[in-house]
Amino acid sequence: MNLSGWLIVCLQTVLFVAMAPLFSGWIKWCKSILQNRRPAPLYQPYLDLRRLFSKRVVWAEHASILFRIAPYLILGATILAASITPFFSTDLPSARVMDAIALAGLFAFARFFLALAGMDIGTAFGGMGSSREMTVSAFAEPAMLMMLFTVSMVASSTNLSVVIHTIETQMVMTRPSLWFAAMGFLMVIVSECGRIPVDNPNTHLELTMIHEAMILEYSGRFLAQIELASQLKLLIYAVLAINIFNPWGLAHGYGLDRISIAFLIISGKLMVFGALLAILETVLAKMRLFNVPIFLMLAFTLSLGGMLSFIILEA
Amino acid sequence: MLYATLTIPVVAAIILSVLGHKSYGGSLNVILSFASLGTAVVMAIEVLKYGAITSPHDLFYIDAFNVYLIVLTTFVGFTTSLFSKPYMAHEQELGKLPKGRLRLYHGSFQGFMFTMLLALSTNNLGVLWVSMEGATLSSVLLVSLYRTKGSIEAAWKYFILCGVGIAQALFGTILLYFSARSVTGMGEDALLWTHLLEHTSELNPVAVSLAFAFLMVGYGTKAGLVPLHNWLPDAHSEGPTPMSAVLSGLLLNVALYALVRVKMITDGALVESFQPHLTSYLMMGFGLLSFMVAGLFLHRQKDIKRLFSYSSIEHMGLMTFAFGLGGPLATFGALLHMTVHSLTKSAIFVTVGHASQIAGTQRLANIRGLIETQPAVGWGLIIGTAAIAGFPPFGVFTSEFLLLSATIKTYPWLTVPLLTGLVIAFAGLFRSIQPVVFGTAPEGQKPIHINTWPVILHFGLVLWLGLSIPDFLARWFDQATLLITGSQLL
Amino acid sequence: MFFAHLPVHEQITLAFAAMALMLSFGMLIHPRVVTVVKMFALQGLFVSIVTALAATIDNAPHLYFSALLTLILKVILIPYMLFRMIKKFDMYFVQDDVLHPVLTILGAGALVIFCYDRTLPIAVSAASLTGHLIAICMSIVLIGMIMLISRKTAISQVAGFMTIENGLFFAAVSITDGMPMIVEFGVAFDVLVASVIFGVFFLHIKESIESLNIGSMADLSEKDS
Repeated sequence: MNLSGWLIVCLQTVLFVAMAPLFSGWIKWCKSILQNRRPAPLYQPYLDLRRLFSKRVVWAEHASILFRIAPYLILGATILAASITPFFSTDLPSARVMDAIALAGLFAFARFFLALAGMDIGTAFGGMGSSREMTVSAFAEPAMLMMLFTVSMVASSTNLSVVIHTIETQMVMTRPSLWFAAMGFLMVIVSECGRIPVDNPNTHLELTMIHEAMILEYSGRFLAQIELASQLKLLIYAVLAINIFNPWGLAHGYGLDRISIAFLIISGKLMVFGALLAILETVLAKMRLFNVPIFLMLAFTLSLGGMLSFIILEA
Repeated sequence: MLYATLTIPVVAAIILSVLGHKSYGGSLNVILSFASLGTAVVMAIEVLKYGAITSPHDLFYIDAFNVYLIVLTTFVGFTTSLFSKPYMAHEQELGKLPKGRLRLYHGSFQGFMFTMLLALSTNNLGVLWVSMEGATLSSVLLVSLYRTKGSIEAAWKYFILCGVGIAQALFGTILLYFSARSVTGMGEDALLWTHLLEHTSELNPVAVSLAFAFLMVGYGTKAGLVPLHNWLPDAHSEGPTPMSAVLSGLLLNVALYALVRVKMITDGALVESFQPHLTSYLMMGFGLLSFMVAGLFLHRQKDIKRLFSYSSIEHMGLMTFAFGLGGPLATFGALLHMTVHSLTKSAIFVTVGHASQIAGTQRLANIRGLIETQPAVGWGLIIGTAAIAGFPPFGVFTSEFLLLSATIKTYPWLTVPLLTGLVIAFAGLFRSIQPVVFGTAPEGQKPIHINTWPVILHFGLVLWLGLSIPDFLARWFDQATLLITGSQLL
Repeated sequence: MFFAHLPVHEQITLAFAAMALMLSFGMLIHPRVVTVVKMFALQGLFVSIVTALAATIDNAPHLYFSALLTLILKVILIPYMLFRMIKKFDMYFVQDDVLHPVLTILGAGALVIFCYDRTLPIAVSAASLTGHLIAICMSIVLIGMIMLISRKTAISQVAGFMTIENGLFFAAVSITDGMPMIVEFGVAFDVLVASVIFGVFFLHIKESIESLNIGSMADLSEKDS
């Protein structure tokens, strides 16, 4: 039992959960600056969460038990996913369970319960949100899996730490399969986390909602948990994208100094990624729902192209 | 002599694109075509006497197979130019063509002849490809000469379909070059047909079979094999009649020639591989398919030129089948068929052009009573239809008979579809042509001024070839058969 | 053939080949004609860069001419001509939608897999870079053909036609390090003449049917008319 290793794992998970609202706040801050508004302070999401946690929960009379336990399930699955994602180090004891397919499975689990919760009350908007979410994810899942398969084939393993390690030791600048997989994954992030151009996270018009429509009925601590889960999901995807395709700077081993340097480096990269996401959200417009399958088909094709590039050209 | 044959059309193209619209433009065309015919005949006599000619650097190669095609091309070009002179003058009178466009017509005509002659005489497979594409390019603006909606559509279809097909042929050529380069000692000569023929056994069979598939699709598109034939009826019916005559009679032959050249190399490479008869099966399959489909489509046609263009597709299918069958009997038959089909089809199109000018339309339902109005045209059409349908004593009967004999020897069960198809095509042709020739002429249908010499000459030749092939021609075909199949008939 | 063990120039060649294939996919369904032409020009640029690279590495100076020829023809002249047509016929905002973009792209992906399957024996026997590139080049050619079927505007059809030539040229350069010069000049000449004829054609089509929508030119068929 490598105690210090497991402590680092717990620290990593706690940091994940703690930094998720900060990342969200950073993206909102960048968007405000780009749109020439006065930005809310960076810690605003924390204040929102604290407010929500302190409020009383109100739910519909005919809500089932699923409605009440879904937020816990969703948050729990997402925190579990966070614990097996490499944040600033890959040589942790949890490295053996850092499986890419397991990650995809955990996200699917969370999404499943979110969709069920949306349909639980029986309102029109909840059902609409759930069906839209399922449609989008039906197209996004193949793309994400194809991307995961591509990077797994490059590393000959689906274990994320092995993948990161392999990519770190190679000169990836000329590998076309990784370029295409990265582009495909970026498009998948946009759709899975409900950002523009697929879904507007700030919208208050119910007919344009996908993610928000499913959680319309939630209030109080339930809403806080779901909000935290979605912010955490965004952070996990961002960290995945950065660590898989740009892994230089990750720590190896448990030394506290190495870990802090790695943490600073990953924070810097996350700031850049968040700014990039904010720019994309400002420049692009939300696209029609009917164009979303075409968008995701492009993501799938890019990832497929990455895999085919690997098989035909590189292996 | 070879260079003379090739440069005359180029010079003619340049002269005619400047002077083509003058009144003597047509006559110039005739004279220059006759000149290239003359040089071609001289060259042919040389080849017959001394064997194959190879130019310096192995750029051009004339052997028995292509020299007779060169003579045929220049001959049909000459007779078509004879026909086109009064025909185009009449079209101008009718107002279908502004004067300046005759320059384009004559210039492109000679340019087209040049590209075909280049394709026939070159030794380099890459240059063969370039000239086939050049043939497409030089004829595409001719198909849309009348600038009607239908002709522009036909020309666009022709351009895109043949362009794409030819691009496949380029890929096939590249693959062939690739497999040739892997053979040591080839180097720069890897695309020369003569060198490839020497080294066929060393080529990689997989690459060569893939190359043949692409080349078959590519050159097969130009030859009008089903299912790549869609451009053919449109291009032949919407273009001016001399164009149809030349496209039908000559271009299809050249495309088939290119395919057979490639087949000779592929057969050598595949002899010891897993599929030694790949080329045969492919060619026989596509040939039979074209033959049957075209025969069936014949019955539905309402336009006289489309009718005969489907007949062209059918005969090309027959020839492809014959070349695919292999063996000296079938190959001799196919070579003979190439000649007689060219002559007959171009004569038919000439007659059809006259018929449509007399009746003022191309629709079968509206052309009637040609024999009453102008017996020369009426008789020409009925004799031509009989000839192309395979009546004895015309040459087509002889070549089809040879083909059937060869089929009975090797694949007896295939004679049934062949015979059935021949009967179906025969029925289709006569069903449409009989009322055209023998019906009652509508009021006011007047005869026109025509030049009957090309038609009479062609039919006379076909009759001669059918009754008794002259000795030197028979030996000529025999040499070509020896070249292609390795064994002689006579 | 492990990628990381290849020399850098071969890695770059493979990377450019993959990018050219991706551009083909993009050209297949993108609705704006202007972007299609730009993507075609970019694809031509990649092909000429690869040609120049092959010229440097294999010490084949005639390939420099080929690279220059491709650059002039496919990156400058033909896109310029197409842009002029777009400007002349005011086609900036014409929507050239493909009917089923999802199915088309999936079909194109299946086509790539099929091409690879067909050329696998060659790739195995030719123990070098070239065998693997045959599949990519063949796919570019076949995707160009799908483009000709599924697109309705004359300009995108011409771009598809020229993509086929791009793919063939790429094949010639990377598989065989260049065809003999006479053939290359012939091919380039043909492409040039073809593009000139296309330009003339657009004029005729526009005059006759008032638009460049090829889909409306479908009168000559075997239907009883």
